Amino acid sequence: MSGRSASPALRRRLWAALGLAALLVVPHLPWGQYVLHLIVLMLVWACVGTAWSLMGRFGLVSLGHGAFIGIGMYGVGLLWNTYSLTPWLGIPIAVAAAVLVGLLIGYPSFRFQVVGHYFALVTLALGEVVRLSVIAARDFTGGSLGMTPKHAADEHVSWFALQFSNKAYFYHFALLLWLVVLWLWVRIDRSKLRTALEAISEDEIAAASIGIHVTRTKLTVTLLSAGLTALGGILLGQYNMYISPEWSGIGVSLQVVFASIVGGMYSLWGPSLGAVLTIALNESLRNAFGTRLVGASESIYGLLLILFIIFMPNGIYGGLAAWWNKRRGPPAPTPGADAPSSASSR
Amino acid sequence: MDFFDIYLVEAMLNGVLLGGVLGLLALGLNLIFGVVDVVWIAYAELVMSGMYVVYWLHAFGVPMVLAGLAAMAVVAVMGLAVHQLIIAPILNTPPINQLLATGGLLFFLQNFATVLFSAEFRNTGVSLPSLRLGDISLSYSRIIAFGVAIAGVLGLYWFLKKTFIGAAIRAVAQDRQVMVLMGVDTRKIYLVTSAIGGALAGLAALLLCLQIDVHPFIGLQYGPITFMICVLGGLGNMLGGFLASFIIGQIISIVGFSISQDFAYVVAFLLFILVMFVRPEGILKRRA
Repeated sequence: MSGRSASPALRRRLWAALGLAALLVVPHLPWGQYVLHLIVLMLVWACVGTAWSLMGRFGLVSLGHGAFIGIGMYGVGLLWNTYSLTPWLGIPIAVAAAVLVGLLIGYPSFRFQVVGHYFALVTLALGEVVRLSVIAARDFTGGSLGMTPKHAADEHVSWFALQFSNKAYFYHFALLLWLVVLWLWVRIDRSKLRTALEAISEDEIAAASIGIHVTRTKLTVTLLSAGLTALGGILLGQYNMYISPEWSGIGVSLQVVFASIVGGMYSLWGPSLGAVLTIALNESLRNAFGTRLVGASESIYGLLLILFIIFMPNGIYGGLAAWWNKRRGPPAPTPGADAPSSASSR
Repeated sequence: MDFFDIYLVEAMLNGVLLGGVLGLLALGLNLIFGVVDVVWIAYAELVMSGMYVVYWLHAFGVPMVLAGLAAMAVVAVMGLAVHQLIIAPILNTPPINQLLATGGLLFFLQNFATVLFSAEFRNTGVSLPSLRLGDISLSYSRIIAFGVAIAGVLGLYWFLKKTFIGAAIRAVAQDRQVMVLMGVDTRKIYLVTSAIGGALAGLAALLLCLQIDVHPFIGLQYGPITFMICVLGGLGNMLGGFLASFIIGQIISIVGFSISQDFAYVVAFLLFILVMFVRPEGILKRRA
């Protein structure tokens, strides 16, 4: 460490501290409730997208993450409404349920080598199972009309029911979850798990032959992803104070995938960038067209996805990172921002 | 409940009729998968587009049959466009990319239909009487749909077996690398296949128009179950797909009759997941 310029590690920490300070100031800035609402949504979708990409970037493309969102929100919502069980207990139960479902789907899938688009279709079916089960059990879930969590005695701040009228509370929860997801991403990125997963996504049989436990390795990220996605779903349910089976449908599951791909599912910041962009796009189109053109923003969204898959499979962040590295000459290996191994080659 | 319940028989017969339509839906998707080796996840949205063609032409006084033919033509052209614009550029990338790109198409078609036609439920207003056999009543629209679906399947079978281009399509499905060496232009085969797949979606659209309302999100109801059927039968295996559609049709009808319609779909999807684990190649193994 030379005296004049701080070491890279120290500089990184300084930037991280600055960034965190800025993030903590955000809810206190004088923008209205609407902007804060959008920021909360962006953060929650960033969590879910990053959680999805934990699997997606290793070729484990799930089209059924809505299932975990639904299990999370209905788990907490039903326990609260029927048994008045506080979310403090409901959350661990719901997350455990999501992880268990992830295990029930993941273990046989990986054991029997259900890969590629077969895995995508199995997860798609899982989303439908959750959505239709909620609708079928309409006697106590409210069916396709959805349901509203019972209001706590204190309308404004109830730590027991985790219901808050002030959006700033949810901002902090979402921020915390987001940081946890990012931290897990970095942990995986620096671990042997990542190398193993990359090997598996290149060639599963070869990976197994050099001693990688394929099923266990894939299961680790899958269960992590399922649990974190359920947490995102719980957050959404508590925040919106309304839950519906459509959260488990193919529409939501695909939106998670889209945002992550557009942002760049191979890089740490990509899915978050995608969440910010898609919500910003959605809202600006809605403000521009109002209710006259319902569906316009989603149409543009769909077109963008097609274009991204064809021309920029690494997403905006991945594309920018590649361009930046090329400009700077020899690439500085930044964890997470490197090129993917399988899904974009050739 | 008696062992022999007349309404259960009615449910089972309706299941057979449902199976016919599902079989036709699965057929086009299966053909494209078998030949081009791509899953069009937006297939049900192409059917939805065809349903709007039928609906609007019928609303302007075009007879149902002509409207159906027009829908077949329009969706066939859409099929060509899907292949040429979306699939062809990424044909050699990992299959999951193609699946996701057509996922983008799914979103686009659904929401563009909402922009154009609003989310209203629209009915062609064609109502056909019911056939009564004792206590059993079957709607004629379902019987017609079943008949046309069977005719469509037989027609495709004849085309693949008896025509030169049909033989070329089957050959490409068996080995796409070798056929290039034999001087077959696979790009042309892919285009023809995509157009036929589209036309079959158009035919399915006509049949669905007789039974249900048109709606931009109708694909969400039929899309997932169509994939399940194709995979159950073994993706690309048309006979297997047809058999699977009757199995699924029976499950939906019988469970729907004895418990509830939503639960019936839950059972169908769970069965699908189980079959994927036990027999990922489908109920009928694809012949090499």
